[in-house]
Amino acid sequence: MKHPKRRIAPRLADRLLNWLVAPHLREEVLGDLHERYALRVQRQGETNARWRYWREVLAYVRPSMIRRQPQRYPTPTTTTMLRNYLKIALRNLVKNKAYSAINIGGLAVGMAVAMLIGLWIYDELSFDKYHQNYNRIGRVMQSATFEGVFGAGSYMPIPLGNELRTDFADEFTYVVMSSWNKEHILAYGDRKFTKQGSYLSPEAPDMFTLKMLRGTRAGLKDPAAIMLSASVSQALFGSDDPLGKIVKIDNRLNVKVTGVYEDLPYNTEFRDMTFIAPWDLYVSSEAWVKQAQDNVEWNNNSWQILAQIAPNATFDAVNAKIKGLRVKHVPEVAPYKADVFLQPMSRWHLYTGWDKQGNLEGRIQYVWLFGIIGLFVLLLACINFMNLSTARSEKRAKEVGIRKAVGSVRSQLISQFFSESLLVAAFAFILSLLLVILALPLFNEVADKQVGILWTSPMFWFSGIGFSLFTGLVAGSYPALYLSSFQPIKVLKGTFRVGRFASVPRQVLVVVQFTVSVTLIIGTILVFRQIQYAKNRPIGYDRNGLITITMNTPELHDHYNTLREELLRTGAVVDMSTSSTPATDLNSRNGGFDWEGKDPNFKVQFGTIAVTHDFGKTVGWQFKEGRDFSRAFSTDSAALVMNETAVKYMNLKTGSPVGMIVKWNGKPMRVLGVVKDMVMGSPFEPVYQTVFLLDYGWAGVINIKLNPAQSASESLAKIETIFQKFNPGSPFDYKFTDQQYALKFATEERIGKLASVFALLAVFISCLGIFGLASFVAEQRTKELGVRKVLGASVFSLWSLLSKDFVLLVAIGFGIATPFAYYFLSNWLQKYEYRTDISWWIFAVTGAGALVITLLTVSYQSIKAALMNPVTSLRSE
Amino acid sequence: MRRSDLGEFEEVVLLAVAVLTPKAYSVMIAEELERETGQTVSTGAVHAALQRLEQKGYLSSVLGEATAERGGRRKRIFTITALGGRVLSEVQAVRTRLWDRIIPNVRLEWS
Repeated sequence: MKHPKRRIAPRLADRLLNWLVAPHLREEVLGDLHERYALRVQRQGETNARWRYWREVLAYVRPSMIRRQPQRYPTPTTTTMLRNYLKIALRNLVKNKAYSAINIGGLAVGMAVAMLIGLWIYDELSFDKYHQNYNRIGRVMQSATFEGVFGAGSYMPIPLGNELRTDFADEFTYVVMSSWNKEHILAYGDRKFTKQGSYLSPEAPDMFTLKMLRGTRAGLKDPAAIMLSASVSQALFGSDDPLGKIVKIDNRLNVKVTGVYEDLPYNTEFRDMTFIAPWDLYVSSEAWVKQAQDNVEWNNNSWQILAQIAPNATFDAVNAKIKGLRVKHVPEVAPYKADVFLQPMSRWHLYTGWDKQGNLEGRIQYVWLFGIIGLFVLLLACINFMNLSTARSEKRAKEVGIRKAVGSVRSQLISQFFSESLLVAAFAFILSLLLVILALPLFNEVADKQVGILWTSPMFWFSGIGFSLFTGLVAGSYPALYLSSFQPIKVLKGTFRVGRFASVPRQVLVVVQFTVSVTLIIGTILVFRQIQYAKNRPIGYDRNGLITITMNTPELHDHYNTLREELLRTGAVVDMSTSSTPATDLNSRNGGFDWEGKDPNFKVQFGTIAVTHDFGKTVGWQFKEGRDFSRAFSTDSAALVMNETAVKYMNLKTGSPVGMIVKWNGKPMRVLGVVKDMVMGSPFEPVYQTVFLLDYGWAGVINIKLNPAQSASESLAKIETIFQKFNPGSPFDYKFTDQQYALKFATEERIGKLASVFALLAVFISCLGIFGLASFVAEQRTKELGVRKVLGASVFSLWSLLSKDFVLLVAIGFGIATPFAYYFLSNWLQKYEYRTDISWWIFAVTGAGALVITLLTVSYQSIKAALMNPVTSLRSE
Repeated sequence: MRRSDLGEFEEVVLLAVAVLTPKAYSVMIAEELERETGQTVSTGAVHAALQRLEQKGYLSSVLGEATAERGGRRKRIFTITALGGRVLSEVQAVRTRLWDRIIPNVRLEWS
């Protein structure tokens, strides 16, 4: 009877007491109360006893009962215990040097990669943000759909600029006409340099919010003025004050320096615009521009128009208003859906192109690609870190047991393990910063960037430290929360066993690691194959020893023959010619061609290049049929040579075009011959249909074929003296065609190089992880191996026993990676017209490679374990 | 020895400990005092007084055995220290001296 009654001492009151009374008093207080309660129940009955019980409880609400006893071990305001944790952590790191190196090193490499990629992405996304009007600047563009293919370009007619400025004054703050950024010769006294610059409307400095070091932003209002970037000013004038000095542009225009602006940063669209001259000067000095402006030529699309929309306007609203301007003035383009629109500055860098349906695309793909790679590498590193720390932590179960036995409470163990993994993460973070500092110069070179660590950016520190904290906490959570829950008695007695499935998460993580690594490797191999494939493409001309010199001064135009003769006389030159564009750049396309038998509805367009008689011999083009231009036939002045693609494009019924007449804007020209396709545009695209015609006046560059028998530097020196004679006003600047051609691969090679570095690092990190795990497993199974050996197992069978598990995991990873890689890569290849195929051997080689690497990594540990003398392994303990 | 640091309730509790030794713990003391005074005495009050007395050095304590009524919890058994005994007898001496000096007539008037 007594017992059930005692049970029902008010629970709530007990709970209140438990919460209220200091822990060291709880036992006696609750005991007293319950004893008294039992007595009272006997004496006065239950109801009374309960009532009394509550009053008793309330009697304990007094400071002397509530005040907690001071801790016998003072709380670590004196940091004693923390120091101990730190010491133990450091000792643990030093004791297992290999593990610590793998753990910290792997995580640091992963973090460094993520940091580099993060910096790269930050740089890409902050492109052009230097300009304060970033959000309101746009480039006027026009789009059209030609034979079902969408195309857009920023070549605009002059009158459009005037119309935007006058009829849409409410929508725009500034409308700026712009020439294309081109190389010009700037001369001051005897100092002369080839520098890139543009002719812009006078509002441009305001629109771009240039930081003026000297002069004002109004400097371009005077048509005979020039504004220089700081670096150009430094080159021309040194430390002298450049304001008011007279500079000569292209040997013919005298202009006064009215301002010096801070160099535009590397991550801006206009970083190469090292000087700005007034648009009006451009118009008055170039007859064809003046003609286009005076005659309101809506059909001459040769310039850029930049604009800043008004503060209250939006791009969409403005686009809707200006959309039909081109069709309004040039009705014949209506069938092509010719629209005028503004492309906001925020889109210039990352969305530079349109696919055939008119969807935006561009570098943003690479931002995504690298973002994903960075995340994955980081993920790999984290997985490693967690895998190794959890695997290692099981070895410390005994330590946990002893710590608990001598009085550690769980919260102390938790904080110990957390502080340990945070310490390791902090080491890794510091190491990764060092790695980034070391790798940045190389990275900048490969990625064509000028990024630095954002020492002052709170965001950088926040994400870096935040990430380290996160990794440390996640990696430490297993030992901290799981190990600290062990019962010391079991651990110390040795009956403690890790569950059967404790290794399953680890195995899953290894599979994930290898899936990612294998995908990255396959991708890298394919990128390089694609580049190699395009490089091996026959280009149809000989770029060895071919140099081009830009003709930017009037002197060179008048002396073609004498210049050529003098050059040939030096013996340094095999041949010389001029052409409208260099062989590596096809930048002029024209319509207006007609021939007998042409379908009248067929809107043709040909690449057009003006050459001289000697062009063919200079570049070494190869004739398929017909003949080259010849001075022996005066009729060749109205003749043309076309490439193979052009013949196919014309779709002639007669077969060969040689001898037939093709009219260009009504002018009849005889087809002299057909040359093999020359790769002048992107090597990843099909060759464009191109015609070459004879025109000495339309010359943009001088092509020179150096004598292969002489050294290039000697030849160049000889050529330079001759150029100085004919063209004393300009510096001798030349470009090697093979280098220019190699530049066409720059983007792809950059991507390939970066991707391969990241893939290698991913594999490296994965291997580190597997190495650590293998050694852990080997260590755990030492006894088992010893017993097996005693019973007669061979070294080989032990080796395969240990390696089997890992090989299986890698094989699973490979199996998952293959379809993924195939899917993504075939999508990537689709955007190249001239592309390699995804052959099976890439997968086979990658799979075999992954397997070999895994076996090598694991074997070191497994052979070591298998060779161990069973006497030693069984004796221990 | 200043006697002012021994309150009236404390004195009674100290006495009760002396009476109940070797089985003096808060429940017993509270029950004893209730029986003697006829008033309700809460364990909490007794416990607090015991704590104070122990702090002053008049009592010492050890944890004793557990019983079923207490839910397996141990009790804290108090014993009086030499200092505590001396203080008690001093208090008693003061009282006795004072009592002895009361004129017998006066005492009769109360009863």
